[in-house]
Amino acid sequence: MLGYLLKRLIQMLLVLWVVSVIVFLMMSFTGDPVFMVVPIDATDAEIAQARRLLGLDQSLMVQYWKFITSLLQGDFGRSYVFRQPAMTLILERMPATVEMVLVAMVLAVVVAIPLGVYAGANPNGRLSRIIMSSSLLGISLPGFWVGMVLIYLFAVNWGIFPSSGRGDTAEILGLRISLLTWDGWHHIVLPAVTLSLGTMAILLRMTRAGMMEVARQDYMKFARAKGATRGDVLYKHGLKNALIPVVTIFGLQLGDLIAFATITETIFSWPGMGKLLIDSIYRADRPVIVVYLMLVALIFVVINFLVDIVYTLIDPRITLK
Amino acid sequence: MTTFLQSEFFHNYTRSSSAIIGSALMALFAFAVLAGPFLVAQNPYDIASLDLMDSYKPPVWLEGGDPRYWLGTDGQGRDVWASILYGARISVFIGLVAMIASCVIGTLLGLIAGFYGGIADSVIMRIADIQLSFPSILIALFLMSAVGTGVDKVLIALTAVGWVVYARTVRGSTLSEIEKEYVQAARVAGLPNHKIIRKHVLPNVLTPLIVIATIQVGTFVLIEASLSFLGVGVPITQPSLGLLIKNGFDVLFSGLWWTSVFPGVAIMMLVFGINLFGDFLRDELNPRLK
Amino acid sequence: MRDAAALSPLLDVRDLRTYFHTFAGTVRAVNGVSFEVGYGEVMGLVGESGGGKSVVGFSILGLIDSPGKIEGGKILLEGQDLVEAGEERLRTVRGREISMVFQDPMTSLNPLHTVGQQMDEVLRLHSDLGTDARHKACVDMLESVGISRAAERLKAYPHQFSGGMRQRVVIAIAMLASPKLIIADEPTTALDVTIQSQILKLMRTQIADKGASMILITHDLAVVSEMADHITVLYCGNVVERGRTRDLIENPAHPYTRGLIDSIPDTTERLDRLSQIPGSVPDIRNLPTGCNFRDRCPRAQALCAKDEPVLTPQHDGLLAACHFPLKAGERP
Repeated sequence: MLGYLLKRLIQMLLVLWVVSVIVFLMMSFTGDPVFMVVPIDATDAEIAQARRLLGLDQSLMVQYWKFITSLLQGDFGRSYVFRQPAMTLILERMPATVEMVLVAMVLAVVVAIPLGVYAGANPNGRLSRIIMSSSLLGISLPGFWVGMVLIYLFAVNWGIFPSSGRGDTAEILGLRISLLTWDGWHHIVLPAVTLSLGTMAILLRMTRAGMMEVARQDYMKFARAKGATRGDVLYKHGLKNALIPVVTIFGLQLGDLIAFATITETIFSWPGMGKLLIDSIYRADRPVIVVYLMLVALIFVVINFLVDIVYTLIDPRITLK
Repeated sequence: MTTFLQSEFFHNYTRSSSAIIGSALMALFAFAVLAGPFLVAQNPYDIASLDLMDSYKPPVWLEGGDPRYWLGTDGQGRDVWASILYGARISVFIGLVAMIASCVIGTLLGLIAGFYGGIADSVIMRIADIQLSFPSILIALFLMSAVGTGVDKVLIALTAVGWVVYARTVRGSTLSEIEKEYVQAARVAGLPNHKIIRKHVLPNVLTPLIVIATIQVGTFVLIEASLSFLGVGVPITQPSLGLLIKNGFDVLFSGLWWTSVFPGVAIMMLVFGINLFGDFLRDELNPRLK
Repeated sequence: MRDAAALSPLLDVRDLRTYFHTFAGTVRAVNGVSFEVGYGEVMGLVGESGGGKSVVGFSILGLIDSPGKIEGGKILLEGQDLVEAGEERLRTVRGREISMVFQDPMTSLNPLHTVGQQMDEVLRLHSDLGTDARHKACVDMLESVGISRAAERLKAYPHQFSGGMRQRVVIAIAMLASPKLIIADEPTTALDVTIQSQILKLMRTQIADKGASMILITHDLAVVSEMADHITVLYCGNVVERGRTRDLIENPAHPYTRGLIDSIPDTTERLDRLSQIPGSVPDIRNLPTGCNFRDRCPRAQALCAKDEPVLTPQHDGLLAACHFPLKAGERP
């Protein structure tokens, strides 16, 4: 167990290191950030001065070394635009993103699993066909467009939900949470629904495929031969087995939600870290982009690790090694 | 041809309503992409053909609609229908070309990894693993933020995202293929590697790629649309369907919904058609790949 | 005693027809099968793969799923027709009165439930015992199938057992509610040869102890000849021959049975006498007219292509469906 954890830790660090190299290289090859910090009428001398201050006059290796050592020392650079530590900027906005992603995930799971189980248990039913066509439509829709249509209908036309912003938040342990206020819930409905649709469709299809696969297994028939009811067999013996593949993609789906949150936040002007990323891309605010990517990479690596742990809890055949 | 008409594949096709609807939608888009410019009088990129007097006309069935513009016009008097036909060309072009590039590069790398093994295999597969643990949209977004907008850059970003799935699939089937006796025999007989790959391995690893490639075109159309919507995809001079939606979004709050809703419907129909047909193909060609 | 049992059998299957309605046509997997299983008797159901043997087993338990359907016939369990019985009644039959042992022990146990949970399920379904009593019953049962440290093993998952051990667990589950009839569908086919005889021995003692009957479904005539009292030979969904084991093995009347017997490797004789039936089982969706076996039969004549033979009494009390049956001691 301890050996496994150590091995995973090394793996995770390795992934983060590779990501840091790629992020650094991509950032170095493209554009010259010096023009982001000097005034438009700067002289050559001033530009050279700024370049020296940013360390851009040194070799790539030296720059990377500085980059990685300052990352390790907790110095993540300052935003060119906000003149604040990039990490602080992102952490301030993280709760907003996390809460939207979580609401979207819960929504997706709550809708997708029962419908997927139903469609998998009754593959030829009329309702199942409708569910499956809708889910295929769900993965064929551009999420941002759905958000837009929702805004047009519910905000512009009917005025039921607000079209943008996060609404009132309540502070708890220093975090600003909108789920604690009625206004916050009111604001989160449209963006969370928009964000959840794609994941909902994929989880649904996975659950259905899992159920159909499981229904063919001998142990299902054996359980019926013992005298268990079809329903019992389906839910007591089938469901857990069917959900194993769903759990394995759960982490990836959570990652997708964080990624697509950038778009959803942009549409709904949701003040999260995703919108900050997009704004920073527009403004070529390199330190913020870098910190966002490194932070998200860390989150993904941790999620994947947790998924593996959950996986072993569900499936006794898998052991950590 | 008659043998194809008698095949089980064709038989199942005629019995599958989703396969027929899917391929009909794909055919519709193929036609629109090829014949688009001949279907509409206006070239939405030719400023001379635009008339500002015609701006913001609603669809023809609404009050104030203009029979010349049945889906309405945008702020420059540009026909939404014409924009969709031209935009679909760009979206489909990007989806197809990026798919082909991903497929070629991914297949090559997969063959190398599977056939030669060793360091090449570890490096290629490690990169693939790391890449797969990140959402494609985020990787594409990051690449676009680094290289800037442009059709060519979108193609590069999509290919960088898309090769992995081919590489993994091809590597897997190559590994199982070279285990087989006839390949072993060819190796022992001294047939050069490139010939073994071309004659024995490649033909046997391609079938599963058909399904992946079909569905990937749809995925790429969606990713491109998202990138363009965020303003880091295609340039304003070559508006894809996604960019049309973005442009329409800016005026949505004034109630001018048609400039953004209809391009979205077009994307939905295209990708839905591809996915319907892709699902059918998967069931037919590779029942276990679910 | 024997006579009384023969008069009213435990299970009486009459003209059973189970069809599968697929897109490619109707598959008559079981097409008019009749046999009886007496109390305490082992009945061997023999045939090549694809002969509809397993479908008979699942039909008896009412476990035929769409697109399959029992289209006709009767399955009388102590006089009560299971074909007509509703799902409610069938659930009390399954596991309680008739239980089943599947071919592959690697797949017939749920990988995510412990062995104990899967055994306990049977008792929860079919007894009023409390938790402790059920646990004790499971421990005893597991010990009686030859698994030591049973209490501990109940907490283990199936993947922690070997194939042979798993089949013991499956047998334990099947015997747990003391059913009257066990349907064993190729119970040893997936196991190592050395394990096979152990498992067969175990099944024989279990059945003898409990006074239960068994239908042993297999393609392996050698296995049934050791285990069974009676044998029913199936070919393409039809019974081609039925009779007492010794008579049928020593002097079969049907050429197909003869072929099956001749293809058993006999350790006492030279191996070059080992023969096999030429050809293969025809496509069950497109059966030939007349006798289904005629394309592979050394005795086939013009009549065989015209008329389908029916079961008729032969020597030694055998029943065979053949226009030109073998006489006692005759070889084709």
